[in-house]
Amino acid sequence: MRLLPMKAFIICRRELRSYFGSFIAYALLAVFLLLSGYFFYSDLIYFILFGGYVLPTGLWQFVFLDMRLCTMLVLPLVTMRLFAEEKKLGTIELLWTYPISDGAIVMGKFLAAWVFFLIMLLPTMINPLIFYQFYQFDLGPLASAYLGIFLLGSAFIACGLFVSSLTENQVVSAMVTYGILVFFWFVTWNEEVADQQIVRALLRLSLFDRFFNFSRGVIDTRDVVFFGLFTALFLFLTLQSLGARAWRGVN
Amino acid sequence: MIRAEGLTKQFGAFTAIADVSFEVARGEIVGFLGPNGAGKSTTMRILAGVFPPTSGRATVAGYDVVADARRARSVVGYFPERVSIYTDMTVRGYLAYVAEMKDLPRAESRRQCDAVMQSCAVAHMQHRLIGTLSKGYRQRVGIAQALLGSPRVLILDEPTSGLDPEQVAEMRTLIRGLHGERTVILSTHILSEVEATCDRVIIINKGRVLAVDTPRNLNQRLRQTSEIHLEVIGPEAAITTRLQKIPGVLRIDPADPALHPSDGATALRISTVKDRDLRADIAAAVTVGGWGLRELRPLTLSLEDIFLTMVANPGGSSAPPPAVNAPAPDESLHHLSA
Repeated sequence: MRLLPMKAFIICRRELRSYFGSFIAYALLAVFLLLSGYFFYSDLIYFILFGGYVLPTGLWQFVFLDMRLCTMLVLPLVTMRLFAEEKKLGTIELLWTYPISDGAIVMGKFLAAWVFFLIMLLPTMINPLIFYQFYQFDLGPLASAYLGIFLLGSAFIACGLFVSSLTENQVVSAMVTYGILVFFWFVTWNEEVADQQIVRALLRLSLFDRFFNFSRGVIDTRDVVFFGLFTALFLFLTLQSLGARAWRGVN
Repeated sequence: MIRAEGLTKQFGAFTAIADVSFEVARGEIVGFLGPNGAGKSTTMRILAGVFPPTSGRATVAGYDVVADARRARSVVGYFPERVSIYTDMTVRGYLAYVAEMKDLPRAESRRQCDAVMQSCAVAHMQHRLIGTLSKGYRQRVGIAQALLGSPRVLILDEPTSGLDPEQVAEMRTLIRGLHGERTVILSTHILSEVEATCDRVIIINKGRVLAVDTPRNLNQRLRQTSEIHLEVIGPEAAITTRLQKIPGVLRIDPADPALHPSDGATALRISTVKDRDLRADIAAAVTVGGWGLRELRPLTLSLEDIFLTMVANPGGSSAPPPAVNAPAPDESLHHLSA
């Protein structure tokens, strides 16, 4: 099998049409852009008033930690329908009778949410671009932060896709995804409750602590690999979940 | 064209079908008949490639549905029991998408979409969103998507359920029209449907195949005697005595309560030797006795009787089924609730 079978693109295109044919896509885009725009504004004001001179730790870090929250808020709502809706409608059954592999179905769906996420991210670049007109800053750390948010988003999407394949209820799909993501966030918040060894292990697993480096302009290969593995793991689980129809049935 | 060998499917501890075997020849239309939950859908889903069997083997046009899934799927058109189509697409948009899924080249896709919309009578709805269509139209779009790509095998799971009588008739005409060029398996729990459209019947109950035969042969096989319904104005005892003297008459019973006339005339069910028409002798005997002959007609077994017999008594045909009238020709929606 090729890495990206052509059929995946057909699935992806149908999903994107479906997104933009409904009101939900525009609502999600609007909320995401308004929130991230507001955060950029307030973080910039904060930076100008109290931030000092170092952009990566003074501004980008805060902008992207805030954008991380918006992403976490919006992406589960993007991914919740991917499989849940097909299961609810029953359309997934027909999909399984066409000459297409489960892998291509999963890739197509993942790709669709990915493209949607890119469409969400692109307009947020307007804010730093306008800022750039007034102050020629180093673009490296900004690119690093965008790479980080992109990898983080991929991980969120893979997780959301997997949860969506487990249920036919979209609300359940979104809630469980929130549950998993928030757990990966809070897992290292209270370092006092757990043994230092455990905290160190958990820190390695926390998506958000991994993201922290990117937001300050540091690209660590280990972090990139971690996000890649996290994404791959959930895509693999999604594939297994689809395969479960062999012993669980369709309904 | 279709071959199932010892198909068994288990979901956990539940056995949906057990050791299902049958063959369907090229160009045949075969009806899959059984009550709800008999295992029809499970068998069809295995053939269509939705999920693999727990054990056993199935091939479609020579391709193994598991080992050669991609090729097997590309020769099968499937219509699921739950008609499920993306509601946010137009009819044409949806069919174009399915054509792409089935690897049709662009020009061919256009031509075939037009053709299937024509034959399923949805061409005038092609720009409507599927979500706004009535159930009957959605069903037709479902059939249209199965026909796309000219699959050699069609697997239709309850293609007429939920349609009104006129649409049912249209759907049957459509399916009959496929006879000879496509191999069709269709499932139903409506018995007259099988009689109307199918060359052969596979009767399935509780996950097991009870019989595979033509409707006519099933009828022959299950009938031990010929039965005649007789309605006469006159004393029952005397009539019975007289008729019993006719050679070939095996037994005489009061007719089925549903067939009893309200005015007190005598109604009888006469069982005679198989395949011998005694109507003339009976008529003569009645006339000689001086009674008024009102009705005299053969009782035939409907597929429904056969089915009930098979389900109640899978071993075969020891007990004759209760004599029920053959369904009147216009009684097309004969539901068997199970």
